[in-house]
Amino acid sequence: MVCESWKERLDAYLDGELPQGELRTFDAHVRNCSSCSADALSRVQFKRGIHLAGKRFTPSAEFRNRMQQSIASKPRRAFRLGWMLAAAVVVLVVGTLTSTYLGNRSGRDQVFSEIADLHVATLASSSPVDVISTDRHTVKPWFQGKIPFAFNLPELQNSEFSLLGGRMTYLEQTPGAHLIYDARKHHISVFIFQDRSLPARLSDSSLKPASLPFNMETWSKGGLRYFVIGDASAADIDSLARLFKTAS
Amino acid sequence: MALSGTNLQLDSFEELAMPLFDQLYNFAHWLTQNRDEAEDLVQETYVKALKGFSSFQLGTNFRAWIYRILRNTFLTSRKGLKVTMTVPLDFHAEEEEPEPAVERDTPETLLLARSSHESLQKAIDELPVHFREILLLCEVEEMSYQEISDTLAVPIGTVMSRLSRARQTLRNQLRPHLQQEAGLRIARGTNHGL
Repeated sequence: MVCESWKERLDAYLDGELPQGELRTFDAHVRNCSSCSADALSRVQFKRGIHLAGKRFTPSAEFRNRMQQSIASKPRRAFRLGWMLAAAVVVLVVGTLTSTYLGNRSGRDQVFSEIADLHVATLASSSPVDVISTDRHTVKPWFQGKIPFAFNLPELQNSEFSLLGGRMTYLEQTPGAHLIYDARKHHISVFIFQDRSLPARLSDSSLKPASLPFNMETWSKGGLRYFVIGDASAADIDSLARLFKTAS
Repeated sequence: MALSGTNLQLDSFEELAMPLFDQLYNFAHWLTQNRDEAEDLVQETYVKALKGFSSFQLGTNFRAWIYRILRNTFLTSRKGLKVTMTVPLDFHAEEEEPEPAVERDTPETLLLARSSHESLQKAIDELPVHFREILLLCEVEEMSYQEISDTLAVPIGTVMSRLSRARQTLRNQLRPHLQQEAGLRIARGTNHGL
């Protein structure tokens, strides 16, 4: 078995339970060991799966009200009914707006995080692509019948990008296309999904999520949602995104 | 049901307890596997917690304290007693043994890591309660080992070994679900081709 002694502590490492000194040594090892980093990635995905699956049950509004009323202390006399009603309306409006915003934001962050996972997991795989070809006229037809939509691939002549191939992928049970490009020895993933099938409402943006070591760009066109992600420079990500926008 | 206490007590209790309401209910539902029983369990927990709130030291870990009340209330319920009676005899003996070495970065474990939401929920549901609760406290409630240790009243070493076994058991539980899913996918593919 490879790195047995490290792997015994991998769960504690991912649970954030290693002492500070050991954490730094572990970080350095995981960064340089392909076996441990692949193992760490699969355990992180497993943890995330349990986290999402575990948030399963929500109390009914009626039960919540009942409990709230039993616990709530008596209202202060200084409060007038009118003020209380006005406050309740304000709280309701602010609460609705905030929860909508937070709901969208957390859904969006989750999609970005899943996209980053797909990118890393694919590159860590021993066979990252199912159709290996630099020719877009070979790669594009390969997806016919495998995914429920069609898309165009850009002409790359005179650009710094080269196509390595493609594979089918899934995001929240939604099938899509995953294409891998090379630019100055950096691998860049392009994901394409049907926009209406995605769980969160996303806006077109170019971003560098704080928690992810990648540049990413996403936009929607013709009912399809595109994601371009990689550790290449923001300029390269943008340049490949522009080629796709022109082609579609 | 009416909960009693001074206004000051009720204020502090409400402030600390109500933000945990959804999480406590989710945990209770996973333990009892029944909506009505989960509601009864949460209600009883709040009654007991408020009753004992004067003994709670403000500034210490309220979350671990109230989760511990909920868990103890569950364990002394009819269903809880039934569950504790079905814990394997060698369960406590296993606690301090080191986890068997397992090679994890195989294609199978990668597949397990990506198992569907439904498969995971079914597999968690089928876990023995002592594994289900520790996994939920760690992965869903994101409690530290120390908090879990306080909640379950077991040493941190036991938290680590039980957690490790819970994860391994979940992986084992997932295999049949994944095989079933793979079978369905193949069947769908065959029908599609016809």
